[in-house]
Amino acid sequence: MSFVQVTDIFQSYGGRPILERVSLEAQEGEFVSIVGASGCGKSTFLRLLLDQERPTRGGITVDGMPLKGEPDRSRGIVFQRYSVFPHLSVRDNIVAAEGLSRPLGRLFGSVKRAARARADAALERIGLAHVADQYPSALSGGMQQRLAIAQALAAKPRILLLDEPFGALDPGTREQMHEFLKDLRTETRMTVFMVTHDLPEAFKLGDRVLVFDKVRWDPHDPAAYGATVTYDFDARNGGIPFQLQHETPAVTGPDVAGVHKIQGVT
Amino acid sequence: MRWINRMPGRAGHATLAALPFVLVFLAYSAGSAARLAENPQDRVLPSPTTLVETAVRLVSEPDRRSGEILFWGDTVSSLTLLGAGVGIAALIGLVFGLAIGLVPMIRSTFQGFVAILSMIPPLAVLPILFITLGVGDTAKVALIAIGITPFLIRDLSARTLELPQEQLVKAQTLGASTLAISVSVALPQIMPRLISAVRLSLGPAWLFLIAAEAVASDSGLGYRIFLVRRFLAMDVILTYVAWITVLAFLIDWGLARLSRWLFPWAEARA
Repeated sequence: MSFVQVTDIFQSYGGRPILERVSLEAQEGEFVSIVGASGCGKSTFLRLLLDQERPTRGGITVDGMPLKGEPDRSRGIVFQRYSVFPHLSVRDNIVAAEGLSRPLGRLFGSVKRAARARADAALERIGLAHVADQYPSALSGGMQQRLAIAQALAAKPRILLLDEPFGALDPGTREQMHEFLKDLRTETRMTVFMVTHDLPEAFKLGDRVLVFDKVRWDPHDPAAYGATVTYDFDARNGGIPFQLQHETPAVTGPDVAGVHKIQGVT
Repeated sequence: MRWINRMPGRAGHATLAALPFVLVFLAYSAGSAARLAENPQDRVLPSPTTLVETAVRLVSEPDRRSGEILFWGDTVSSLTLLGAGVGIAALIGLVFGLAIGLVPMIRSTFQGFVAILSMIPPLAVLPILFITLGVGDTAKVALIAIGITPFLIRDLSARTLELPQEQLVKAQTLGASTLAISVSVALPQIMPRLISAVRLSLGPAWLFLIAAEAVASDSGLGYRIFLVRRFLAMDVILTYVAWITVLAFLIDWGLARLSRWLFPWAEARA
């Protein structure tokens, strides 16, 4: 069985279907990018993986175990905004990754000093050591997201979920963040699901790129049907859809037509 | 140039800011002088000189009977009651505001109840407090607390609900329990909101204090004002009113400074 197994998920809000028949298998250590038009359920899917919401039908298992009904330390998350705690200094934001799991949400005494030392080491690694004592509001958008990722990773989750993490950043900073994320992944080899609007980013970072779209479309009632996974590209193999590989294993090289189709979709 | 684009300079700002104060003072002086010219025994608008003399006498001369300076005794008595009432209200408001804002079960239980409770006019409850708690200090503290607690609960629960959902989810993915989120994520971020809510409720708190003191008391700033009213001692009343205004302003200013000093991160937040 795969590490993450999504079986025939439906999700609807107040009778409006958002997701239909979504099934997915992902191996441990895989980087899955998720793209699609606005409102096609990408973020909903991420919330289901996070266990922030329960699907109306279907189920998700991680490592063979069904999700428990609320977020926990096994899955870390980075949102586009509001991912770090504004009332904690940069260093204490990292310390919080250890402290929040304690009864009062904080560490005391020697344990705290040790956690602070570890946090300083982590900040040194991600190049934020010089702002350790400042509050996140004093940081640039890129630095805040770097902090948010480091904070999520400090809890050592098995799966990292990224919800448009670089959506609010300028192109240059975004480039830097790609390198940062790539390096981190080489170090940790963790499983990542990333929702993004940026196709090149999806292919650059991901091992696989999933496309969410509606397969049924009622022009008189656009919200009548939900979205599902319409394409599943192998980003490490020139962007060939896995479906195509299974059908015609002889095909090699970049599937330009397929990529163009997606660009038309988003 | 449009008026919305005309900026006063530094000196201009200071002058304009002082202008209303100067105008009120001049109007008062003129009115006082006119009345005193007609009747030197007039007590309704004492001259500024009389006011200063009265103020000096009030703050420095001990009472002939008790030997204490009543002015300072009244001040201590009133501030103690105000502090106790506002303190109790702030504590209850903080605990219930956080709980209602964070826990859906508690929200369902108390949100409607608090909304109804906050509609009860506190002064209408004052007789009940005097009957049940006696006419001592307890009833006055209770009136202040009852008067402003519903507002504090509603304001703080709304502020707690405004915390970005992302942060609460993030805290959960870092393993935080409900208690840990309350104490280490929500509470510190609500504290600056508590201080600004308390600043807003200080006006009503003074109102309730002075009303309670006026009805039944033997000391306090409000008690003194309503006592000397019988003798038409406008000089004393005006001094006390000015003093209450200064106190209220200083408390408000002090709380604002305290908030900025304790929670520097709250200022920079967009």
